[in-house]
Parts: sequence; structure tokens; C-alpha cells
Amino acid sequence: MKTKPTEAERIEMLRRAKLLTGAEGAAHAMRQINPDVFPVYPITPQTPIIQTFSKFVADGEASTEIINVESEHSAMSAAIGAATAGGRTMTATASQGLALMIENIYIAASMRLPIVLAIGNRALSGPINIHCDHSDSMLARDSGVIQFFVENAQEAYDFMIMSVPLAENHDVLLPVLVGQDGFTITHTAEPILLEEDEDVQNFVGEYEIPYPLLNLQKPTTQGPFDMPDYYFEHKRQQQAAMDAVPDAFDTVANHYAALTGRRYDAIEEYRLEDAERAIVVMGSSAGTMKEVVDDLREQGEAVGLLKVRMFRPFPTKKVREALGHVQKVAVLDRAMSFGSKGPLYMEVAEALFGAGPSMQNYVFGLGGRDLFPADIRQVFENLKNPEEMREMQYIGIRE
Amino acid sequence: MNELKKYHEIPIGGTVITKDVVQPKTGGWRMGEKPMVNLDKCVNCLICWLDCPDTAVLAEGTDFFGFEYDYCKGCALCAEVCPTDAIVMVPDDQEVPEYGRMLNGGPHEN
Ligand code: SF4
Ligand code: SF4
Repeated sequence: MKTKPTEAERIEMLRRAKLLTGAEGAAHAMRQINPDVFPVYPITPQTPIIQTFSKFVADGEASTEIINVESEHSAMSAAIGAATAGGRTMTATASQGLALMIENIYIAASMRLPIVLAIGNRALSGPINIHCDHSDSMLARDSGVIQFFVENAQEAYDFMIMSVPLAENHDVLLPVLVGQDGFTITHTAEPILLEEDEDVQNFVGEYEIPYPLLNLQKPTTQGPFDMPDYYFEHKRQQQAAMDAVPDAFDTVANHYAALTGRRYDAIEEYRLEDAERAIVVMGSSAGTMKEVVDDLREQGEAVGLLKVRMFRPFPTKKVREALGHVQKVAVLDRAMSFGSKGPLYMEVAEALFGAGPSMQNYVFGLGGRDLFPADIRQVFENLKNPEEMREMQYIGIRE
Repeated sequence: MNELKKYHEIPIGGTVITKDVVQPKTGGWRMGEKPMVNLDKCVNCLICWLDCPDTAVLAEGTDFFGFEYDYCKGCALCAEVCPTDAIVMVPDDQEVPEYGRMLNGGPHEN
């Protein structure tokens, strides 16, 4: 059961914190991780991540080889090359940049390369739009990468660091996307606790992959052609890697908690234990929702929130355990799968299949559309009679 | 034919570990011609070694050595790129010395 920190805890936290945006938080994490190679192409709202990190490198605070490539397709290609060769590799992108990377993200995942990507989640064209939603990350949904959506700048920093040993765990060896909401997190300054450089370096340790291409003592061929007799087996291996993620993440999260005192789970349950109605959401909007949940709780309403941090692999069992007792569940998606329900809704519906709650699906916040506390209160209100709204609902749309 | 392995019995990500795999003898693909070298013309530039798609050009240290016919598929790239025309393509059934090494118009013993 997670509750808000007490006033005394908040004051103590603020005393130790730095005022940083999510983008700067991710850049500080990268400075401390000090990856070998960072091939990158700028795009709003990811730009401040690479701008801040480039400054660290220029000032000698990190020794990373930054490769300024001519497109995101090239950024991911260079990342694949660097990671295959045996270098710890990171990159960053958003929106159309992620779209352009997708072909190579599938390749990185299938070649089992532990590349960590910082994503500033942004709507996809068209119409062209620079503001937040989760459509870009959803492009990578089936690519075989691990995907996180964080709530705030602190989580952005923490998940960049935790993603490194998770990606590089030898039972896993997969790329990781750490999605932070464009502008809402990337460009908003918040107090963040940074760990000591040395502690982070010890935490991530040395980069070791089983078959670095440049190890001439163990010659290998990487990324070869596969015939029908083995392609399926290699795809099955990718699922096995995903299946290893929950345990690997638990270990990483435990170590990180021992270092920082912050223990993360694939999901966050907020005042759910006796809730009759609950909202499920990913990303920064969870912060606003916690406020609304607190207000409604004060008025005696049994409401709660489930925040999903890990979208791939989807924590099906945990979601089912957290929501199994809740009778009425609304899933709020910040992306659409036109012609069907929202991607998060489909996952939650699968997790709860047979458990019996009435479910609703809402889309919100596309292209940066604001979500107000009143909207969230309305969702909880609608949830009193969920059967009346079986169709997809659109929050804040003019109709 | 090798026995087909299970998904958890093979290296991840399609990686091929050289020592674990049967190297297919690509020399069996040759269609009529094979290369031969006149060592008296060779200047050891190793351009042929660099360009051979089947690593069938052998080098000894930084010196050109000869051809590994088990893997040479007779594409003639080496003859094409050789700046001194030291490499000539000859009929596949022509008798040549081991590794196709000729010196002053005659076979060169290794
Ligand atoms: S003909 Fe020359 S380039 Fe072609 S496979 Fe044989 S040795 Fe290599
Ligand atoms: S390209 Fe010709 S000259 Fe150069 S190493 Fe090969 S055979 Fe010798």
C-alpha cells in the first residue's frame, strides 16, 4: 500500500534534492552510467536530454562517444553496431524519430542487444503535433523491447539507471525504452534526488555481453539470415527473454532500493486495497489522479488507482492480483488503436478475463490535450454505472 | 543434415558461433572456373584477400599465399581487382598446384 510521504519526509527530501526536469534527470543518469556510445539525432521533446548530456561530455564529465548521425534510422543502426561490437550503448528519441527507428528496434531486439533508449513521449503525425501522448511508444509494442512509462522526473532518472542492469541481465538481453511524457515530464522541473556518481557506476557495473563481435578469441557471425527451420525458434527465444524480465526486474529493483530507498514495482497500487472503483493509467497523469483519489477518499468514496509502469512485458499477474477484487475498472489510454479499444485497455481486459469486473475504456490527452481533475472525477462518477458506457469514451473531446 | 535443435539449445539472437557450426564447402558452387596466381607478378597488396566474398584467399602474415579451393566459388572478383593481373581464371578441371600457386609459369612448391 503506497501513500504520500509525510510533510517531514517531504521537507527532508527537498533538502537533498536538485531542481531538474525529467530530461535533465535522464541526462544525469546517463552521465553517471557513462555509456561507451551514444548515437543520436535531436527531436522535440527529446532534445534537452541529448543537449544536456552532450554538454556533460563536452565538459569532460562523461567519456561517451557521441555520434551525431543524420537520422534516427541511422542512430539505431549505429547503436546496433556499437552494441554488437561490445560497447554499452544508449540513444534517445521521440515521435517520428521513434517511428523511423522502428525497423531497427525490431532488429536490436531480435539480435538481443541491451540498448537503453530514453523516449520523450510525443504524438505521431499527422496532423503534426509536438505534444505528449503515447502513440509513439505504442509503435514499439510488438517489437520485443522492454517498455516503461514513468510518472515524474524522479522515476525518469531512476528507470534510466535500473534499465541498464535489467537490459544486460544474461537471461534478458533486450533493449529497454524508458518513456517519459513529452513536456509534462521532459520539460518540467521538479525536485529529484540524484545518487552519488560512484554508487551509480558500481550499480550498473561492467558491460558484459556473451558474444561481443570484436572478441577475436571467440569469433561469431551476428545477425545472419534465418531459414524457416530456425526463425521460429529465435522468435521463441525472445519470448523466453521477456518471461525472464519480471524476476530480473525484481532483483534490480531490490538492489536499487538498497542503494536509494526507492523500491519500484512493475505497477503501483494507490489506495486500491478496499477500492470498489479504480482507474488504470500510465505516465504523468497518474500524479493528478492521486490527488483526485485522495479528495474522493476524504468524501468517503472507495476509489483507487493502478499505475502501470512496465508495459512490456505486461505484468498480467500483478494487475490481476491488484484489481481482482475491484468491481468497476476504467482504463485510460493515451493512445488509440483505431478500430479497436485502447492498447492498455486490451492488456488489462486480458489480465482480468474471468475475474468479473465491469470495465470501461477512455481515451485522453492525445496530442497534449489537458486532463483536468474534474475529468477524472467524472470518470469515477461514470464508473458507478459502468454498463451505461460500454463504448469507448473520449475525455475532453468536443462532440 | 544436422539434427534440428530446440529453441533453448541454440545461441540467442541468431548468433553463429564459428566453432559450433559446419562450414559449408562453398567451393561446391563453382561453375566452370577457378583462380590461379602467378606469384612472380603478385605485389602482396592483399586487395584480393580483402575483396573475396568467401574468405577463400589465404594470407600468411601480411603476404598473399593462395586459394582455398574448398571455399572458392569461382566468382572471379579476385582476378578483377588484382592490380597486376597476377590472378587468372582457368577451367575448373585444369590441373593446378596446391592453392593455385604458380611461379615463373610453373608450379610453385610451398
Ligand atoms: S574466385 Fe577469387 S574472389 Fe571469388 S571466391 Fe574464389 S578466391 Fe574468392
Ligand atoms: S590482388 Fe593481386 S597483387 Fe594483390 S595480393 Fe592479390 S594476387 Fe597479389
